[in-house]
Amino acid sequence: MAELVQLLFAGLTTGAVYALVALGFTLIFQASEVVNFAQGEFVMLGGMVTVFAYQAGLPLPLAALLAVLVAVATGVLLHRLAIEPAKGATVVTLIIVTIGASILIRGLAQLVFDKQFHALPAFSGDAPLRLLGAAILPQSLWVLGGAAAIVFGLWLFMERTLLGKAVRATAANRLAAELVGIDTRLVLALAFAVSAAIGAVGGILVTPITLTSYAVGTLLALKGFAAAMLGGIGNPVGAVAGGLLLGLLEAFAAGWISSTYKDGVAFLVILLVLFALPHGLLGRRAVERV
Amino acid sequence: MSPGTRTKLVVLGALGLALVLVPFLLPSAFHLRVAALVWINATAALGLALLMGLAGQVSLGHAGFFGIGAYATALGPKHLGLDPLLSMLLGVAAAAGLALLVGRPILRLKGHYLAVATLGLGILVHLVLVSEVAITGGPDGVQVPRLVLFGWRVAGPEVWYAITGIVLLLAAWIALNLEDSSTGRALRALHDSEIAASVAGVDVARHKLVVFVIAAVYAATAGGLLALFNRFVTPDVAGFLRSIELVTMVVIGGMGSILGAVVGAALLTVLPQALTLFHDYEHAVLGLLIILFMVFLRQGIVPGLAGLLVRRRPA
Amino acid sequence: MNRRLLLVSVASATLFAAASAARAAEPIRIGSFLSVTGPASFLGDPEKRTLELYVGKINAAGGVLGRKLELVVYDDGGDANNARTFATRLVESDKVVAVVGGTTTATTMAAVPVLEEAQIPFISLAGGIEIVEPVKPFTFKTPHTDKMACEKIFADVKKRGLSKVGLVSSTAGFGASMRNQCLKVAAAHGIEIVADERYAPGDTDTTPQLNKIKGSGAQVIVNADFGQGPAIVTRNVKQLGLELPLYQSHGVASKSFIDLAGPAAEGVRLPAAAMLVAEQLPDDDPQKKVVLDYKTTYESTQNQPVSTFGGHAYDGLMLLVRAIEKAGSTDGVKIRDALRATKGFVGTGGIVNMSATDHMGLDLSAFRMLEIRGGTWKLLY
Repeated sequence: MAELVQLLFAGLTTGAVYALVALGFTLIFQASEVVNFAQGEFVMLGGMVTVFAYQAGLPLPLAALLAVLVAVATGVLLHRLAIEPAKGATVVTLIIVTIGASILIRGLAQLVFDKQFHALPAFSGDAPLRLLGAAILPQSLWVLGGAAAIVFGLWLFMERTLLGKAVRATAANRLAAELVGIDTRLVLALAFAVSAAIGAVGGILVTPITLTSYAVGTLLALKGFAAAMLGGIGNPVGAVAGGLLLGLLEAFAAGWISSTYKDGVAFLVILLVLFALPHGLLGRRAVERV
Repeated sequence: MSPGTRTKLVVLGALGLALVLVPFLLPSAFHLRVAALVWINATAALGLALLMGLAGQVSLGHAGFFGIGAYATALGPKHLGLDPLLSMLLGVAAAAGLALLVGRPILRLKGHYLAVATLGLGILVHLVLVSEVAITGGPDGVQVPRLVLFGWRVAGPEVWYAITGIVLLLAAWIALNLEDSSTGRALRALHDSEIAASVAGVDVARHKLVVFVIAAVYAATAGGLLALFNRFVTPDVAGFLRSIELVTMVVIGGMGSILGAVVGAALLTVLPQALTLFHDYEHAVLGLLIILFMVFLRQGIVPGLAGLLVRRRPA
Repeated sequence: MNRRLLLVSVASATLFAAASAARAAEPIRIGSFLSVTGPASFLGDPEKRTLELYVGKINAAGGVLGRKLELVVYDDGGDANNARTFATRLVESDKVVAVVGGTTTATTMAAVPVLEEAQIPFISLAGGIEIVEPVKPFTFKTPHTDKMACEKIFADVKKRGLSKVGLVSSTAGFGASMRNQCLKVAAAHGIEIVADERYAPGDTDTTPQLNKIKGSGAQVIVNADFGQGPAIVTRNVKQLGLELPLYQSHGVASKSFIDLAGPAAEGVRLPAAAMLVAEQLPDDDPQKKVVLDYKTTYESTQNQPVSTFGGHAYDGLMLLVRAIEKAGSTDGVKIRDALRATKGFVGTGGIVNMSATDHMGLDLSAFRMLEIRGGTWKLLY
């Protein structure tokens, strides 16, 4: 039982970060059909800016706020300077643009910051909590709680605000949205800004547990993308489910099957799921018009 | 002369001319080595270009096939005492076999789902290469014996330049013929609209599978060549970043274009060497260049420049 | 951006001008390829800083054989294929006299054939034992091998009267290589490996792996990895409340490990070079002066704590300079012969005694056993 709970929390904590990255993928994808491979860099920026601002003497909450702002500015710039000018290009071309952007952001980060790993102090101490014989870090609860709050906030935004409805309308049918007077360019910029903020918050929350460096974005983008696809891209609930599931798969594969092949087990499951459900767990079946 | 034959002659002629002329422009053996790497990467990119351009399918795990070719060439001689060339051919066959096996279910997936499935495939191959240390040597890599053909020790950058160049020319010739064949026509129809093509009686799945297997063969051949040329391989050759690099080569060069794959491969192979000038700014500049290329030549370099030329010409 | 481009081109033009001016005085070109970025940047970055720092210092002091040194460094990003291309470039285009570099075993091994064929002396900064076993005519290395780290740790485990080891390692180069060596030498030291768990580079949670070790009857935990992994393992061990002695490897031998692992690092033991405990060395320790000098110089110029990795680069450069001076020439074979004849060289990694059959020249005495106490390194023996 203790082992089960331990693995469960290990998987959920890792999975929560994957879920946030996948959620960022989904938001941008919904608004533009772009798969943004620079999504992991927002997580990196969240962690790294907080670390450096904190070391420079800023209080932690202020440092975190600054980090979110930097990430949002980066997201908006990415949209304004790279995605917007390439408007009308094929989806694959846009993906390569975002890959170029992630190389650029990483390249700048290694100059502005450094190439070392960094940590942040845990928000409420390092003493593990005991739950059914398992040891859980208070920071894990911060990560899980933070992720839940983000998901809930996003849901409120999408369902209850006019702007959120505009985003959903654009996602459903861009042309129709433009016809009813929605500024789809603004919506797209907003999607990048919100995705960046979500990534950055994720980065801030996990850095006390996972540490951070200029290069952590690549792996997160890869795992987040896999999670988004596992859940079914374009579906926020699917993104969260996919992320958590991927985290759990890795933890239980490491604990029960083989720690060497845990990533292999995770991807094998993704392959099998896609063979059975070609649009992911919760993805919609798109109908191709002839 | 049909337009198809003319394109074929133009492309092969341009490529052949480049192969012959390039050595005269290069001052040292180091530059020849980089050129040989360009031809090797171009061969792999060409296969992927067929898959992406002709069949409209993305693979984010193509380096996996590259790795299978490279490691077969290294491990055949080491564990089974086989000839390196024979090992390489077996590796190519193995890659083709794997592509055939997983091709059917994987190619049923569309767009990004296909991308993530191929990504998973590539990661599985990479993981095996990294983890099975007793067989593969693990992350520290493994040595490859020198290629000996009928008592002739194949060595020297000039020789490898010639070998890799000829393989590329051969690969381009096959690719051009494929584009011009009934499979090529069927695939172009499929690219436009899969449903329309299948309604018209095209066996969509079979044609896609054919191109997938060919792309795997190209990648594995390139991988085997790299192993023989470097005489050392590490699991990096099969890694995720390598897959992304191959896709970038194809897209930056021009997705539907065979010359584009070669230009894209040349650009991404030569750029890192040229960018060492920028020292610490190297990566930032590389990222910036990729963005600029894609924004300003969004169809890719070769089709983009061709389009500019056509537009300039008075109507 | 334009201004930056302009700046860069002006800078490179000046560099070029400087280079052609120096050619008149015939500088000695030393080449290097390092993993300054990528997964091993943790090692490659301080190595690059060290080489640049000390080449500058040597030149300021008049150079070698009355000639200036000129350093050509490339970043291979940790990729073996790049390393091989850069090695070729160093030989063919840059015409270097010798090479000090190769951050990882894989990048080193990829470059070896090129440099051997060109008969260029090559001092590697990587740990793998296969670099110098079997001996290759022109290839040397400065760091201790992973095998030595295993032996030092196992000897300490036995000294504590324990024998059951739970091994946890990264699947990346350093971790995989050390895991192999530890599995190989365990039996000879009376050690039983009761668990052999692994994690991927970049993994941020190792509690599943450690949980398995918990149930395996292990008496101590040994972690083989560098960078972020060991800090996470150390924190996870603490989190799970595992009351087992934890050993790290020489891969964590930099102050940042203690910062990253925080209070969880308390009581962790590791074999490492003398550098980390420079001040604690007895005054009659022959290494004391060398390591203190390097430490002070590095920390005062680079604004970051010293690591043993930069020390490997320092040792490599100094060995080479000494050999060139002794050979009185920049001929590859003569430098090689002088390197081989190195006796009693005091470096940051230990006292080096090379021979025709030993191109590393270190023994187990070069490793000290350290323990982390009160947030700092404590020299045990």
